[in-house]
Amino acid sequence: MADGLSARLRNETPIPLDVELTCAPGEVLALVGPSGAGKSTVLRCIAGLNRPRHGRIVTDGQIWLDTDKAIDLAPQSRAVGIVFQNYALFPHMSALANVAAAVPRGGAGMPEERARRLLELVHLAGLEERRPGELSGGQQQRVALARALARAPKVLLLDEPFAAVDQVTRRKLQRELVLLRRAVHVPIVLVTHDLEEAAMLADRLSILHHGRTLQTAPATEIMARPATALVARLLDLRNVFEGQIEGHLPDRSATMLRWGGYLLEAAYAPQFAEGAKVAWAIPSSDVILHRRDRPSRGERENPLAGQIEEMIALGETASITMRVEHTGGASLTLGVPLHVARRNGLAHGGAIGVSLLKTGIHCMPWEPRSS
Amino acid sequence: MEWTALILSLRLGVVTVLILLPVGLIVGRLLAYRRFPGRGLVEASLMLPLVLPPTVVGYYLLVAFGGASPIGQVWERLTGAPLVFSFEGLVIASVIVNLPFAIQPMQRAFEAIPREIRDAAACCGMAPSRILRTIELPLAWPGILSGLVLTFAHTLGEFGVVLMVGGSIPGSTRTVSIAIYDRVQAFDERAAAVMAATLLLLSVVALGLVYALSNRRAGHRHG
Repeated sequence: MADGLSARLRNETPIPLDVELTCAPGEVLALVGPSGAGKSTVLRCIAGLNRPRHGRIVTDGQIWLDTDKAIDLAPQSRAVGIVFQNYALFPHMSALANVAAAVPRGGAGMPEERARRLLELVHLAGLEERRPGELSGGQQQRVALARALARAPKVLLLDEPFAAVDQVTRRKLQRELVLLRRAVHVPIVLVTHDLEEAAMLADRLSILHHGRTLQTAPATEIMARPATALVARLLDLRNVFEGQIEGHLPDRSATMLRWGGYLLEAAYAPQFAEGAKVAWAIPSSDVILHRRDRPSRGERENPLAGQIEEMIALGETASITMRVEHTGGASLTLGVPLHVARRNGLAHGGAIGVSLLKTGIHCMPWEPRSS
Repeated sequence: MEWTALILSLRLGVVTVLILLPVGLIVGRLLAYRRFPGRGLVEASLMLPLVLPPTVVGYYLLVAFGGASPIGQVWERLTGAPLVFSFEGLVIASVIVNLPFAIQPMQRAFEAIPREIRDAAACCGMAPSRILRTIELPLAWPGILSGLVLTFAHTLGEFGVVLMVGGSIPGSTRTVSIAIYDRVQAFDERAAAVMAATLLLLSVVALGLVYALSNRRAGHRHG
């Protein structure tokens, strides 16, 4: 990629790393994964604070790191803006001085002037002389963001930028980030463990686990079609099961999947051999309730019967977990509007019938549960 | 009051502080930020003067500086005067004895600066020298100053090592603490009392300064 960021990082010790990522100008790429997955390490490598054993980082056509050619620019020589998790503001300096410190010297105009404009951009006009200790968490985050932008960075790196503020402030700052990305037009790499936040703010998600990139794709795609069962588990997908491929029906664009006593018609997945053991997943939204009041045609698709094991009202939605018959006790989760649940007399312990939409059944390579 | 002795003590304190300021900054910062083999050994040896009896330190320095030792011989060839029982010898001894007093607080002060703050400074494009000047030194200065004040106060009060290495030559190695001991031996209680009170006052002022600075630093963090 000529412009934007591309990075390939490999390390064996002390932190194993095997990561490849690209991020176009104006794009937000979220690095998602449990703590210890190596997300922050990846950011530190891009910034030049950590050095992987093998790697290549190119930004906007400029090589920042190439271990094969012994190129390794210092953080000072990489046009990078970074917001640390705890902001890492200089405690002895005013907000203005914090930002001005990052304005490149020798440029046009006074650093203070540019710093003042950046503080205005992040809605902090009037608080220039405050020290970090005199600012709220949200205000500190804004100073950190203004400071990161002061260098006119070619890449913006955000390390859990919303983790240390309260819910209300977080929503506000997240909205501001969405507006900001239109203004700055640089690749933005966001580290977060919050999947919802990632799905909301990022164009693409990169799932990291033990320092390894497992899958990179837009949020909707990754949720509907996780590459592996491990990704599905990391995404906390509810409906992940094991099954066996019975055969393929190319003319119907379907794959037949054996699940306990059922033979399901799944989305066409010819990459799996007949008889292969697979993991499969289905989003809750593709599990359709058989309604007494209004039967629909979708009911003919993979009908299942079972018993309601748990029913919780979450706002206007009832989250239902059903024990599916003939599967050895598998639990399937679906969500239905609360009024629908009521009208159909759904209750704990009661019988329930559902259909699985064929296109929602996604097969993945089977792997033993290890981590 | 022996003014010569007091002035000599103050001079010794100032010279020791001036030498230990750069030494403390460099060694303290190195120990705070760098991991290298033998680091623990270096730290332990720097602490030795704290735990050894001053007479033991003084004895070894006397042996090391004496005319029979290579150091003493080189010094004498270069300057034409012996190193022991001279002000210069006293300065070197004082610097060595005060290493932990200067380095420890400075090392702690540098260690107290979060790594992310230094990383952030580098990612702001600031050169290492500018990071040192505008970030590290301003944040560490209360610790640096405590190191210097402690060194100064400790130098004024040092007795054993000074006596061993310097003896008690007026105007050259006779410091206030030696003079006090000397006056007590001569039953000149009044002179001893005045000088002791002077040292007490200086120490109280020094400690007050250290505490005021550390409180200011703590207030700084929370405020």
